[in-house]
Amino acid sequence: MEKAKAQINYDNPVISIRNLEKSFGDYHVLRGIDLDLFQGENLVVLGRSGTGKSVLIKLISGLLYPDSGSIDVLGNDVLTLDTRSLQELRIRIGFSFQNSALYDSMTVRKNLEFPLVRNKKGITRKEIDQSVESVLDAVSLSQTINQMPSELSGGQRKRIGIARTLILNPEIMLYDEPTAGLDPITCIEINELINEVQQRYHTSSIIITHDLTCAKMTGDRIAMLLDGQFQRVGNFNEVFATSDERVKPFYDYNFIQ
Amino acid sequence: MDTVSNTPPPVQKRNSKLKTRVTGFFVNLYDVSKFVVRFFKEAFVPPYEFKEIIRQCFEVGVRSLTLISLTGFIIGVIFTKQSRPSLTNFGANSWLPSLVSIAVMKALAPLVTAIIASGKVGSSIGAELGSMRVTEQIDAMEVSGTKPFKYLVCTRVIATTFTVPLLATYSALIALLGGYLNVSQNEGTSFSEFMESAFEPINFIDINASLVKAIVFGFTVGMVGCYQGYNSSKGTEGVGKAANNAVVIAMFLVFIEEVLIVQIAGWFR
Repeated sequence: MEKAKAQINYDNPVISIRNLEKSFGDYHVLRGIDLDLFQGENLVVLGRSGTGKSVLIKLISGLLYPDSGSIDVLGNDVLTLDTRSLQELRIRIGFSFQNSALYDSMTVRKNLEFPLVRNKKGITRKEIDQSVESVLDAVSLSQTINQMPSELSGGQRKRIGIARTLILNPEIMLYDEPTAGLDPITCIEINELINEVQQRYHTSSIIITHDLTCAKMTGDRIAMLLDGQFQRVGNFNEVFATSDERVKPFYDYNFIQ
Repeated sequence: MDTVSNTPPPVQKRNSKLKTRVTGFFVNLYDVSKFVVRFFKEAFVPPYEFKEIIRQCFEVGVRSLTLISLTGFIIGVIFTKQSRPSLTNFGANSWLPSLVSIAVMKALAPLVTAIIASGKVGSSIGAELGSMRVTEQIDAMEVSGTKPFKYLVCTRVIATTFTVPLLATYSALIALLGGYLNVSQNEGTSFSEFMESAFEPINFIDINASLVKAIVFGFTVGMVGCYQGYNSSKGTEGVGKAANNAVVIAMFLVFIEEVLIVQIAGWFR
């Protein structure tokens, strides 16, 4: 079940976060987070619901702004970028949403074409079709090309959501709860897809989850978010080799023993 | 044992509530102004979403056409029918076409069209964008390097701004047709006679004022719907609220604009 060793360049962090803080009203979600994501690495961020995992990747992609701290993504300080530079940076980051966020008024084909035609100037019809077919093939859903999102199952929607991010060949992938709400078999298929994406597209990824199977299958490194800070960072066994009463139940209540 | 209450006295509580409301109003006003300025900044710079604008124009037109046809026709017939007894008392039946056309072209057609558009189109824009917001579809557009504001808001506002004047003109013509059918049945007036006397009292300023009114109404309906939907939150409850606010606020603004434009047009006469 554990994943194969990936080629990680530990000299080249693609995301560097320092002393990041974010609150919503009186609720202090992130309290001074430090984090590095290295090139080629799959980093899993584990934590209970409401601990700020999704907030973290929304901060990285510039959807939210922190109260303080710094976020460096592919050599760009996200917090000082102007709108155009942020837009250019976002093309290099793929964001897979928890509920897939497929555009429900468009077919699968249109969903995939949407970011492509708006970001690649002068792209031909033939190139668009090739890109669409290629990413659909990567997620094994070529047959759904003319279907509407409402006609797809939960697992298929997740895959199309991932395909839509892959179409721009991102260097970084951000997965928000990729296995939430799916049956165990589909979960495993999605986990395998995340690893395939890492191998085939040479991406570095942050995977937000509270699913330990997902963490074990996809993570090269795991960071446990507790009380607004990363309390334990390391490989799966290192993170859970602890008597910390805040970490242990997390392991005990999952099905991995 | 003495107890000390921490609750502020009622007057203080009321004052603080009022202060929050007033602050909220100005914050909202600032947000709306920012939204409108953003529209003008983004709508007129390339790339243009022509296909989506045309699709939205079609949607706006199709959504309201049946209702506008029906309402326009009924207004024409009923207005003529109701005005006849009063005019008959003065022996001024021949003024019926002029009366109908003045009422319809100057006031009723743009106003009724805008109200129907608020209900049919404004609510639907509010609900659609609101649902896209809560299901993170707008965020998905944002993070994929595209411009959701341009694709979703600019296209819809341009579509309503173009389509509502067309619908208003269409509604005026249908209302005149309704009026003509009633007049020809009762007074035996021919079509050419009816049209001649219908357009006699209407001048260039009236037509322009009506067109400007319809354009402003269309812009308002689109802008309010988009603002409410684009900024909605709190899940499905937020979507319902966005749709509801889109109708109520758009109607309210349309009536205020009607008064202002009539006043301004009066200065030009």
